[in-house]
Amino acid sequence: MVKEKEKEKGKEQKPKMIEVYIMGKEYEVPQGLTIMKAMEYAGYRFIRGSGCRAGFCGACGTIFRKKGEYKFRTALACQTTVEDGMYLTELPFVPANKAVYDMEELTPGPNSIVSLYPEIARCVSCNTCTKACPQDLQVMDFVQAALRGDIAKAAELSFDCLQCGLCAARCPADIVHYHVAQLARRLYGKYISPISEHLEERNTEINAGKFDEEMEKLTQLNSEELKKLYTERDVET
Amino acid sequence: MEIIRGYPDYMQESIEKVEKTRPQRLKATFREMTLEEREEILNEYHPDYKPEAKREISFGPSKGQRVPHEVADLLEAHPLVNPDDVDLSHIDYDTDILIIGGGGGGTVAALWAHYSGVPVERILIATKLRHGDANSMMAQGGIQAADRPQDSPPRHYLDAIGGGHFTNKPELVKALTMDAPKIIKWHQKLGVMYDKDDQGVMMELAGGGTSRKRMHSARDYTGMEIMRTIRDEARNLGIPVLEFSPAVELLMDDEGKVAGAVLFNMETNQYYIVRAKATILATGGFGRLHVQGFATTNHYGATADGLVMAYHVGANLIDLDSVQYHPTGAAYPEQIVGLLVTEKVRGLGAQPVNKDGELFVYPLEPRDVEAANLIRECYKRDNGVVTPTGMRGVWLDSPMIDELKGEGTIKKNLAAMVRMFDRFGIDMTADPLLVFPTLHYQNGGVEINERTETSVQGLFAGGEVEGGVHGKNRLMGNSLLDYNVFGRRAGIYVAEYIKKVSIGNLSLNHVRNYEEALLNAGVKTVRKAPILLPDYRGKEVLSRALDIF
Repeated sequence: MVKEKEKEKGKEQKPKMIEVYIMGKEYEVPQGLTIMKAMEYAGYRFIRGSGCRAGFCGACGTIFRKKGEYKFRTALACQTTVEDGMYLTELPFVPANKAVYDMEELTPGPNSIVSLYPEIARCVSCNTCTKACPQDLQVMDFVQAALRGDIAKAAELSFDCLQCGLCAARCPADIVHYHVAQLARRLYGKYISPISEHLEERNTEINAGKFDEEMEKLTQLNSEELKKLYTERDVET
Repeated sequence: MEIIRGYPDYMQESIEKVEKTRPQRLKATFREMTLEEREEILNEYHPDYKPEAKREISFGPSKGQRVPHEVADLLEAHPLVNPDDVDLSHIDYDTDILIIGGGGGGTVAALWAHYSGVPVERILIATKLRHGDANSMMAQGGIQAADRPQDSPPRHYLDAIGGGHFTNKPELVKALTMDAPKIIKWHQKLGVMYDKDDQGVMMELAGGGTSRKRMHSARDYTGMEIMRTIRDEARNLGIPVLEFSPAVELLMDDEGKVAGAVLFNMETNQYYIVRAKATILATGGFGRLHVQGFATTNHYGATADGLVMAYHVGANLIDLDSVQYHPTGAAYPEQIVGLLVTEKVRGLGAQPVNKDGELFVYPLEPRDVEAANLIRECYKRDNGVVTPTGMRGVWLDSPMIDELKGEGTIKKNLAAMVRMFDRFGIDMTADPLLVFPTLHYQNGGVEINERTETSVQGLFAGGEVEGGVHGKNRLMGNSLLDYNVFGRRAGIYVAEYIKKVSIGNLSLNHVRNYEEALLNAGVKTVRKAPILLPDYRGKEVLSRALDIF
């Protein structure tokens, strides 16, 4: 299959090459690659700066400028197509303070976040964090929600956060938005979201041994007997 | 070539056909395959069933087992560390429990070892990339647990073992399915934000091969939500983590027990000696070996290090002939080829359809069967859509979801997917996605029992690195569950084990023996393993590289 693919590939024309500036040095790379793959094409072998390579881990926060533009831009290297004339670098690491807490000791109240992260009160509403977010989240809004003690809102707005740290790197008030949001989500998930009763019930049943006998029997069956049971089982639609 | 709504102009005709058949398909479904039909299509079209893609391991405890060439190449390779280069008399870290791998399995093991009474300073996690850089972070669709009244752990057992072609180890499937509701309860206590209604009822969906809806999700960031929560918990407790310091070889003592590892700081090239009473392998899988040249959904570090190190100390391997190809990887655009399009898209109602807009398979077959059907449609029946780079794919009709479940369902439940395609100009709420199977999961691995013990004393394993749980095919939602169940068990049982064990003199004689075994088996190679990271540097650069610095 792969060979066929390569055969078909051989028919295509050579890709157009573009120029990019990786940490200020010029390289020629094929058009249409992600920033990450363009850096690899140019000869970089990542140790830092490459994680899931699919937009889920935040390892490849990147800062760049485009040709002829004053704007300072941010992106994930694995999820952004490289452009001609880009000046770019990846951020290998973002130093950030994380509050230490015991979830069992916390209570979800108006001050539970601000007491652990008092610096959120320093927010000047400049919205730079929001502009920096490669996930396009309303970062300033979730920090403001956390400041107001609206845990549910902070959790909801921050849910898709990858913790790449670009917001914290840009914030003039030194806030670490993604750690603040992590606390909000845990408070929400633990204390505000309703407890699942059917889950409690099932755990009680398992602890009481309700399924032990049936399970024991299943583990003793040979594969023919299992196949029969499997084929005959009803499927919920 | 003009691009229209993210797709090349020539694909428009096919997209229109998909739109045309959609109203009638909204009411239609496709018959599930019988066990015989499944077997037949797998034999003919699943990449795993090609005999030429594998070979027998030529020596060691799993000699004769057939594994993909890419795995055999790593087992039949020289160990990375030369024992003469390493000073075992200087111990850098002396600990009770060494956990190799800082993904889901390793983090859960650390937490449960601590809950079981081991002080945090007697635990050490060593990991290759950052804490949390793992496939655990990338799982989207969900985690299985039989916790609804109409469902039960025995039913989950039957689904899992049937999906695995009745080859799974029964005691492991029992552990997996019986522990599952405990895991979800634990997550809830930690604050994982599962999708629930306002009464607290979990919103559960079906997955391929499940007979009940038992897929718990956190939007389509389920893996990330669990991983970042347990990582936050580990950080609060102060569990020590060494990042960018993978294990490159296990250590043994003179009684033949595993007794720690040699770590390698990838940024300074320094090695560290860790002496530990017990070692837990949680190194994940092998997607980055690109078995049979397939693109992969896996993270950068998924290079089978754990398999290699375990084999060096003589641990048994199991089911490594079986590789999971996820039916739906992105086939277009080129930038994201091979990345995961979560099974939840089908769980919510989207159907795979061919270039003419025809439904050709039951959308929720077990993964291997679904993948084989997609491959047949593209390559045997020639009903796929060919991309500008020559890849073939079929449509996954995502816009159906909003029509079936109401406007806004896609945006709410598949935010990550919407975002990923939107970045490249494709709106999955309006247009279908082009997909093709992609290398996703290592079904087998280092053999364990229900106490997570491997065949070598002192060595335990949890998560994708171990094998036996899924047999020859894993169902969706059982991998997040696997690392939680067996990570937890590893933590608990290792906490017991270390109370009664003492470590003798450290040794790397097993590495010398391995070299001898290579020689005796007639393996002549310059390969070294583990490889730690794939190398994606451009060919032109490599052709002019000098090794002088």
